[in-house]
Amino acid sequence: MPDTLLDVEDLHIHFPTDDGLVKAVDGISFRLDRGRTLGIVGESGSGKSVTSLGIMGLHHGTSARITGHIKLDGEELVGATPARIRELRGSRMAMIFQDPLSSLHPFYTVGSQIAEAYLVHNDVSKKVARAHAVDMLGRVGIPQPTTRADDYPHQFSGGMRQRAMIAMALSCDPELLIADEPTTALDVTVQAQILDLIWDLQQEYHSAVIIITHDLGVVAELSDDILVMYAGRMAEYGTAEEIFDDPGHPYTWGLLGSMPRLDQERLERLLPIKGTPPSLINVPAGCPFHPRCRYAELTDGRAQTEIPALREVAPGHLVACHLTSDQRRKAQAALAENAVEAPAAQLTQGEP
Amino acid sequence: MRPRRAPARTVVTFIIRRLIGTVFLLIVVSMITFAIFFLIPKLAGQNAYQLASEYVGRNPTRSAILQVEAKLGLNDPIYLQYGRFLKGIVVGVHYRSGPSVTYCPPPCFGYSFRTGLPVWPQMVSDIPVTLSLAIGASILWLVGGVSIGVLSALRRGTLFDRFSMGVALAGVSLPIFFTGLIALELFSYKWPIFPNVQFVPFTQNPLLWARNLVLPWIVLAFLYAALYARLTRAGMLETMSEDYIRTARAKGLRERKVIFKHGLRAALTPIVTIFGMDLGLLLGGAIITEVTFSLHGLGLFTVEAVQNQDLPEILGVTMLAAFFIVIANLVVDILYAVVDPRVRH
Repeated sequence: MPDTLLDVEDLHIHFPTDDGLVKAVDGISFRLDRGRTLGIVGESGSGKSVTSLGIMGLHHGTSARITGHIKLDGEELVGATPARIRELRGSRMAMIFQDPLSSLHPFYTVGSQIAEAYLVHNDVSKKVARAHAVDMLGRVGIPQPTTRADDYPHQFSGGMRQRAMIAMALSCDPELLIADEPTTALDVTVQAQILDLIWDLQQEYHSAVIIITHDLGVVAELSDDILVMYAGRMAEYGTAEEIFDDPGHPYTWGLLGSMPRLDQERLERLLPIKGTPPSLINVPAGCPFHPRCRYAELTDGRAQTEIPALREVAPGHLVACHLTSDQRRKAQAALAENAVEAPAAQLTQGEP
Repeated sequence: MRPRRAPARTVVTFIIRRLIGTVFLLIVVSMITFAIFFLIPKLAGQNAYQLASEYVGRNPTRSAILQVEAKLGLNDPIYLQYGRFLKGIVVGVHYRSGPSVTYCPPPCFGYSFRTGLPVWPQMVSDIPVTLSLAIGASILWLVGGVSIGVLSALRRGTLFDRFSMGVALAGVSLPIFFTGLIALELFSYKWPIFPNVQFVPFTQNPLLWARNLVLPWIVLAFLYAALYARLTRAGMLETMSEDYIRTARAKGLRERKVIFKHGLRAALTPIVTIFGMDLGLLLGGAIITEVTFSLHGLGLFTVEAVQNQDLPEILGVTMLAAFFIVIANLVVDILYAVVDPRVRH
């Protein structure tokens, strides 16, 4: 029996604005078990951050209209009182944000900010909370945590700040950890360290982790499952092996094609996805990806008129695309060939 | 208490550095003031006799002018004169005219034309009036303006927000001699709730002191509260959309704590700066308010000094006002370092 912690079903998050209804998240469903990691991947504006803030209940006080179900350990969060969600926030579910410098308060010491998170949910003295904060800083690999706890965020380096954010998020031992682009603002050398840290801590705490990113490389190592989002909708959902080895959606092909890979013998030319993500007010009719999709004409016009339903191409592997499995296989084969030809020419040129 | 030696030391060195800078700044201020009153007339071609004639008051006799010229040493080289000027302010100065020697105790700005008495004691007696007015009003406008600003920001776009920002616009636009006279007409004459505005020292009768100052406090505070409400509102709107506010919420903090500990704390720092400068400026004399309510503080003292062309008095009040502003600047800098750790390092 899988030990399901988070169950999101048909989640919609809409924002009414003067210009029209922004459908930031439009029908998302996924399930996350304890000890597992889900990667949510998509371009800016695909609704991945809005989804995570929705799970954390952080849209309260905005104009957001949330429908559907978010169940944390069986407890329904959509429509729960703000007070109840506040109790869960920080204690049973915690979040790490993209830019650790702006996400830490500049006027309070790092130690006191971590202690504060612990104090909200635990009835302990300030002294105990501080000791816990120092302990957490040590655990996330900050050297000399006792003295560094008295430093202010601006005295930390970028990687150390993100470590401090992680220490803060984990201070109450949450069952669910959401990392929203945890490495985007960091140096490449530090990125791997932070991802390693999240991995290690997940093993230690046995928590469920959601990693939100636009970078498939980030989730490649860490994730058990991957959800690819496009324009607030699910494009593809499956295990990491399925997404990387047998991707079913042209958008996923595009994401993989625009990512440099070192695990393949041949050098491939990067294939960027043409165009830009659509406005969430005027989402294209039919398949939201069709204006950028090079296979749209194969669907006899259905791409322009009909929203593709999620279809199971393999057990648990869902793809929202009009292409038939036959068409998909041909397209994949063609892609692989194209990718081989061009670099082959480059290789012979480059060699002495 | 946990050891916090390192941050404490940086604050102390910061304060010492600032203090040295302040002393230097005050010397520069004294130089400029001295130059305005003594050097520029000389550069403009006035000789010592003409200059002396301005320090005798109206309709002077020739002998009186010569006496003042000798007494002030206006024929001495300019650096000697400045040295004597500075010495007078710091330790006092002995004036010799013939056989008689008069001692002017520090801080010495010379003798008033009107009364023939040293300037400083007269100013000192006016300081409590301005101090009472400025401090009372500043507490009122700080508390009022900031709370209205915070509420407006949190209820952005509501009726309360629009109404209070409308009132704030009126407050910024209406001059004190208008609001002051209206307040006097309504609350002193029509309904004499606060009749007969007159200054009573706090030490004499605190109740009467407060009662007689209520109207000027409110009128003066209205102007500034309006400004501060708008500033606070803008600052709060900005900080409440910061990432660290989202972090505070993500921790599960109560909204009240998010607003006050995380939001207001950051929004207040620019307010602290402006508050210090405004208060420092007011301490040099709230001229319009004092004139409107006939409060004999430094503002009214200045007006009278200017009207009488009483140069020593003008000199004294200029130096005092500059002193207040420089000190306010110092206090603001120190407060800033205490509030914002990024400034210290």
